[in-house]
Amino acid sequence: MRLADEAATLALGVRIAAVVRPGDVIALFGDLGAGKTTLSRGLLSALGLEGEAPSPTFAIVQPYVPPETRIPVAHIDLYRLDDAAEAEELGLDDLLEDHVLLIEWPERLGDALWPDALRLTLIRTDDGARCLTAAVPKAWEDRWPLT
Amino acid sequence: MAIILGIESSCDETAAALVTSERHILAHKLAGQEEAHRPFGGVVPEIAARAHVDALEPLIAAALDEAGLELADVDAIAATAGPGLIGGVMVGLVTAKALALAAGKPLIAVNHLEGHALTPRLADPALCFPYLLLLVSGGHCQLLLVEGVGRYKRLATTIDDAAGEAFDKTAKLLGLGFPGGPAVERAAALGDPKAVKLPRPLLGSAEPHFSFAGLKSAVLRARDAQTHSAEDIAAGFQQAVIDCLIDRTKRAIAVAPGATALVVAGGVAANGPIRAALQQLAAAHDLPFSAPPLWLCTDNAAMIAWAGAERFALGLTDPLDVAARPRWPLDPEADKVRGAGVKA
Repeated sequence: MRLADEAATLALGVRIAAVVRPGDVIALFGDLGAGKTTLSRGLLSALGLEGEAPSPTFAIVQPYVPPETRIPVAHIDLYRLDDAAEAEELGLDDLLEDHVLLIEWPERLGDALWPDALRLTLIRTDDGARCLTAAVPKAWEDRWPLT
Repeated sequence: MAIILGIESSCDETAAALVTSERHILAHKLAGQEEAHRPFGGVVPEIAARAHVDALEPLIAAALDEAGLELADVDAIAATAGPGLIGGVMVGLVTAKALALAAGKPLIAVNHLEGHALTPRLADPALCFPYLLLLVSGGHCQLLLVEGVGRYKRLATTIDDAAGEAFDKTAKLLGLGFPGGPAVERAAALGDPKAVKLPRPLLGSAEPHFSFAGLKSAVLRARDAQTHSAEDIAAGFQQAVIDCLIDRTKRAIAVAPGATALVVAGGVAANGPIRAALQQLAAAHDLPFSAPPLWLCTDNAAMIAWAGAERFALGLTDPLDVAARPRWPLDPEADKVRGAGVKA
């Protein structure tokens, strides 16, 4: 899928928000500046977040809960982590019980990334647009491609 | 004179300090990585709650030891109760609760950001309320009017990346090495800030906020164009950040005429040209300029103890069932800001 600009990336986040449920994991792959946080922002805003959704790089786990958002969402950025063992300390499994996990830099989880995570990869094209590739697990088969 | 034990474990640091209401730092103990490696508030996070547990008790003991005090000599125990990684915050807060209960001392639950906001008063006795604070670190970029203890008006915040994060990521994109802040500053000193045209997000905008994500993307494009040296891009980047910080701070000065001083805190204040530009801005507005020493700008426990001392002096203590909060805005009344371009 081609995302022409920032607005298109935000809009995709909005469309994902329409089908997301607690217990879902969305893994956002892509280099610095690929648009991972932009997509997350579109999703959070469509879930009702009125305040800003700052980059979670520093906080690592940025939780949003009702009434701020329609359902609980943990916006997670593993950029500053060294390995999967550290990620284990974050207690993401516990969060998954009632949150949507939106994970940037999921590479850091290695094999520990949940098999039923929706894996989205954002790549910058030469003309400044973004190319999105989705690896769709069983849990998402009835929801992807988005309508 | 009151003596406050402060405990910090909200994200990257585990630390304990003893500070008096008379501004004496009796002891400060910090675990983990060298401070020199984390100028913008941490690049090697301490994720593990267990590591905080292991570190905290010896740190508190060492702090008391250094000050020649017993827990019984302390007047109150202050701990960060948020915002931050919940595992770490809980370790510090629960430790503080246990000590408070065991020693029969009052507990003070401190907002980590309040620690940053009040610490300039620990370093500068002449600093009076209200003052305008630019808090610029790896995790935050905010303009606050500090009106008093517990009274903060957020005038601006970043809608995406923090300024220190932009420095770290720019260093990474340009391959300038680590830690990112000083690396960019060094490279920038060798470059021409006018050579590369980079955007100044929100400059001159009617809205008060900061935005640095677009600048990061522009650095990426400039790098990929392969027409300029890393030094020129770094210089252009740093100048763009300075221009944004100055423009937004100038706007805040205009809407906060009662401010008695311009204060900068946070690791980014270590950047020489940024500091100089802010100093100049303060002088141009006849405002005293104040910046705490760098070690008090990055995460530490002295700032938590000091915020505790300020709250204790006003009788502001907390019950033992006070909860840790992963997110805890200093000014819950602040205007909501959506991310750039997000439509309702």
